[in-house]
Order: sequence, then C-alpha cells, then structure tokens
Amino acid sequence: MTTRRLVLTRSAAVIGAASSGLLLPEIVRAQSDKVRVGFMLPYTGTFAQLGVAIENGFRMALNEQGGKLGGREVEFFKVDDESNPAKGIENATRLVQRDKVDVLVGTVHSGVQMGIHKVARDTGVLNLIPNAGVHIATRAQCAPNVFRTSFTNSQPTLALGKPMMERGHKKAVWITWNYAAGDEAFEGFEKSYTEAGGQIIKKLGLPFPNVEFQALLTEIAALKPDAVACFFAGGGAAKFLRDYEAAGLSKNIQLWGSGFLTEGVLDAAGDAANGVLTTMHYSDSLDTPRNKKFRLDYAKTFKLQPDVYAVQGYDTGLLLVKGANAVKGDMANKQALYAAMRGAEIDSPRGKWKMSPSHNPIQDIYLRKVENRENKVIGIAGKAVADPATGCRMA
Amino acid sequence: MDFANFLIQLLNSVQYGLLLFMLAAGLTLIFGIMGVVNLAHGSFYMLGAYLAWYFSSTLGSLTLAIVLGTVLAVVFGWLLEWLLFRHFYHRDHLDQVLLTFGLIYIFEEVRSIFWGDDVHAVQVPELLNWSIPLTDTLSYPIYRLVMSGICIVLAIGLYLLISKTRLGMKIRAGAFNRDMTESLGVNIRLIHGVVFALGVGLAAIAGMLASPIASVYPGMGSSVLIMCFVVVVIGGIGSVRGALVAALLVGLVDTFGKVLLPQIAGMAVYMLMAIVLLYKPEGLFKQ
Repeated sequence: MTTRRLVLTRSAAVIGAASSGLLLPEIVRAQSDKVRVGFMLPYTGTFAQLGVAIENGFRMALNEQGGKLGGREVEFFKVDDESNPAKGIENATRLVQRDKVDVLVGTVHSGVQMGIHKVARDTGVLNLIPNAGVHIATRAQCAPNVFRTSFTNSQPTLALGKPMMERGHKKAVWITWNYAAGDEAFEGFEKSYTEAGGQIIKKLGLPFPNVEFQALLTEIAALKPDAVACFFAGGGAAKFLRDYEAAGLSKNIQLWGSGFLTEGVLDAAGDAANGVLTTMHYSDSLDTPRNKKFRLDYAKTFKLQPDVYAVQGYDTGLLLVKGANAVKGDMANKQALYAAMRGAEIDSPRGKWKMSPSHNPIQDIYLRKVENRENKVIGIAGKAVADPATGCRMA
Repeated sequence: MDFANFLIQLLNSVQYGLLLFMLAAGLTLIFGIMGVVNLAHGSFYMLGAYLAWYFSSTLGSLTLAIVLGTVLAVVFGWLLEWLLFRHFYHRDHLDQVLLTFGLIYIFEEVRSIFWGDDVHAVQVPELLNWSIPLTDTLSYPIYRLVMSGICIVLAIGLYLLISKTRLGMKIRAGAFNRDMTESLGVNIRLIHGVVFALGVGLAAIAGMLASPIASVYPGMGSSVLIMCFVVVVIGGIGSVRGALVAALLVGLVDTFGKVLLPQIAGMAVYMLMAIVLLYKPEGLFKQ
C-alpha cells in the first residue's frame, strides 16, 4: 500500500516536473524557432517614460535587422517592474522560469536591478542592463552573462573633476541625495576632482527623494565655494535647478553636475538651467551623422524625440544583434555568444564604444552646457572613460 | 557660521517647524479628542498639495487654489468622518491602524488614477517671487516668510478657538469625558465632525503652502507623516501646545543637523526623540 502510493506520487512528481520543463533537455528549448526576449522595464510610475524609450530603442535596433536575431524570428515578453525593488526577484524569475526567455533586458532602477542580478547569477540567463548604473553589477559581482550598455553611476562624474579645475574652480561643495546612486556618483567626483587638485570643502546630502533644499542652499551661499557639483535626476533635479537660481546662487557660483541633472527636465526647469555644466555619455545635440540619422529615424518611427534612454535601449539591441549574428541565432552557444559581445564595438549615436572586461561601456564623456533649454556639447570631458571595475573577477 | 547665515537657518528652522505643527496639530487633536490613531493623516497633506497643483495649473492662481482647496479638503474630511471614522471610535487602536493604513493605499491609488505618478512643480505666485537680500550672497525668499506668517495666524486662531470659544470648551469637555458631555446635551457627533474636518483642513493647507517649495509627488505624505508622529510623541500625545514646541524643536534640530553634521542628518531628529523620551517618557507636555 505504502509503496504503491509512493510510486504514484513519484510518477506524478516526475510528470509534473517534465511538463513544467524542468526535465526537458536544453536542446529542446534551443530548437524552438524563435529567440525569446524578455523586457523587464518600468511601464508605470515615475520611470515609465524611460522604460518606453528603452524598449523603443531596442526594437529599432532589431528592426534594422529585419526584426530578426541571427536569422531567427523574435518573440517578446514584457513585465512591468514598477520600479519596485521588492518585486525585482519575483518578476525576473517569472520571465526566466515561466516565459523561458533567452535574454532578459532590464532595467532602470538600481534597486530592482539587484533583484534581476541575483536571478541572472543564479540561473545563468543572459542579462542586458539598459540603464541602471549600480556599481556592484559590473564590479564585485560582475558575471559572464551580465552586460551593461549604459554607464556606472560614477562614470559621468569621473570626468567632472578635470574641466572644473581647468576653469579655475578650486574649491567645491558636493550635494546629492543620500542613497546608493548619489553615493556612487560622489565616488567618481571625489576621485576625479581631488586628483585634478581640487578641494571638496563640504559634502551635503538630504534623504531621497526629499526636495526641500533651502537649508542646504543657505549653507552653500555661506560657504562661498568656487563651484557646486551635484547629482540629481528627474523631478527633483528640476526643483533643484529652480531653487538654486531662486536662492541667487547661479549668478556667483557655477553649478556642475552628473548629466542626469539636465536630462529630460529642461522644460520644467526653464531659464533656471541656463549655463549649467554637466558631463554625460550622450547629448541630443551631438553633431555627428550617426546621431542625426538615429534621431531622424527614431522620430519618424515613434513620433517622439529620442533621449539618452532611447540611445541606451538602441545600443542594447545593437549589442544583442552582434552576439546573435556571431552564433547564427544559436543562443544556447553561450561561450561564443558572450565572446562576440565582449569583443563588440558598438557604433552608437553617442559615438563608438567598446565593452570593458567587466562588461560596462568604455566611452567618451561629453562636457555639456545648457543653452536655451538644450544640452549643447562644448567638448569632451573624458576620452574613453572606463569604470574602475574594482573587485571584478570574471569566472 | 556667521550671524547672517545663522539667522537665515533659524528662519528656515522656524518655517519648517511651523509647517510640521500644522500637520501635527490635526493629528494630535484627532487622537486626543476622538482617540483615533490616524496613519492616513499624511495623505491629507498630499491631497492638499495635489489640489494646489491641480487648481493653480488650471485656474492660474495659487491663492485661489488654496481657498478652493481648503474648502474641498474640509468637506472631504467631514464626509470621511461621517462615512468611516465615526464607526471606529470605540474600536481597538489596532483596528484603527488597519483602517487608516488601508486608507493610505486607497488614497495613493486613487491619486495615481486621477493625477498620475509624475512629479509636479507649483510656481510661487509672481507677487511673492522675490527675496530679501541680507548679505552679498545670502537672501531669504519672501514666500517662506509669508508662509510662516500664515501658519502663525492659523496657530493663534487654533489656540483661540480651543481655549476661548464655546465650541472650544465643548471640544475640551468632550475629550475629557465623552459620556458626561453628551448627557449634558452637547452634540458630540457634531463636535467630532468639526474636529476631524479641522484636522484634515490644517493638513491640506500645510500641503498647499508647501507645494511650491517641496514639489508635488507620489508618496509625499509618508515621509512627512513620520516626522509628524515624531513631533506628536515628543510634544506629548493630545497636546496642541506640545505639538507647537516639539515642531519648532524638530525644525531646529533637523535644519541645523543637515548643515552642521550632514553625516548624521537623517538621524538627528530621532536622536532628539530618544533623548526626550529618556527623560520624559510621555512627551514634553503630558495631557
């Protein structure tokens, strides 16, 4: 009696496992005729526009290949990550286990990225990061199957110190939100600015996403530094720009920032942003044929102006195309796939860039100045800037 | 820190403290008089801010938006008390916490459906959009002074209402002994409605006044709610006077903490609370 029940339950378990795909040999999946691409991006909430721009850019890169990857049709799966770190692992697992995606594209929010990162490391699924700049993903926890096509949080600020010193700004105050991205941006600024000979006279911070800057702006006015450097993004950035001007600081103290300060907020900030200097791996106004063509194509396809996020999504697509073409669509041939992506040189609207050994772009960082609600490129702040990739050991 | 800088930071502290007082006063009144723990109080602040943004962007005037928003918020508070809260006065605090915690989610969701999840900026009225220069680099925005002025007027009004008027007497009596007051012929139901609507109104006004200086964004009520509870706990639960003193104290510690010790700025207020509770476990002004 006992043994018969045991046999029954075990067979049931085996059938269950087989039908859910656990026991199917790897080859069966590889033979399915479509490449399965999973988007895990924010489609609602504060970052919704970023998610849409990334997906648009990605699809555009694939469309340029006739919508195929290495000659195979592509099937898309989408999950709204809601920029909610608490659901990061669950959502990523859904794409990997249920939808059996060959590649997971995501995401914007660094906290959610950490959830994806855990799933990518545990399951070995190919993960392409189109935005989130959290350091650890390409540093101590770098992985052969994780590639980033955007930036690390300290990459733009690694190019900030030199141009500040060149303009004679020897004493600076740093201000940001006290959270991971702010701390990581500071790391780049501290390194580049002190190495160039600058002195950080005070480091100011406030809780994320608090935007009551008044007390800190008063302090800046009292300290009278040569310049202020900062990291802010989104709605808070617009508010900071307006308050900085309203406090009368913009007349006397030059404001510098990681480029996200002026991305997508120039209309909201209005004239308050005029003259602000930032460093960033892209600018709408980059005067290259490659960028102009991209912007025209994008605007025609989506009836929208592309931004840095669209470019990053586009580059994610370009990178995957390079990999898939090298293995003729056989996404199971991981060694060759990763080798092709590691060695890829991406001809991006932001300029050509290469993948670093830790799988993060080595790219030029531009110096930009806001003029009439536009980020004008006025020079290159850092040539071929790479993240230090501290602690990365590829297995 | 020189004198001008000190003076401005002091003004910043008072202004932040007064704003917190507007919120904490309602919170502590509603608790002290009706015995309701209202976690959704921060949502009324958010409601105020969104109303200010919505009306000022459609009508083009922040002043008009504040007047209209106050009326709407008070009516909303009254309705909410009548439909929901009055059924919870006799229930356990845990039930009230569950109810009001649920309300936070409902308010956030409704806000998201009607107004979306974007961050909005509210412009300071043109008339008040200038600063008083104090030294060559330091100046103080006139809007913040006006805002502090409005808060002071409302605080004095609240004090007079509670300590000098007949209605205030009934409110105090109701808080002291509800059944006795009721048996003396006071319509305690009405009193509760008034107090609740008053609390909601104060929170909404705080949100509306703060909207140009703190932006309008999803979840803005939660962070401010925590500060409010800190104020109420420091001041002594149920005490409006305690709320005022504690709010100013919190404003001071928070502002100067941010400036003088940025490393521990996030903690400074909680350290203040811990120290106060160590010596006065029931807050500064026990009821």
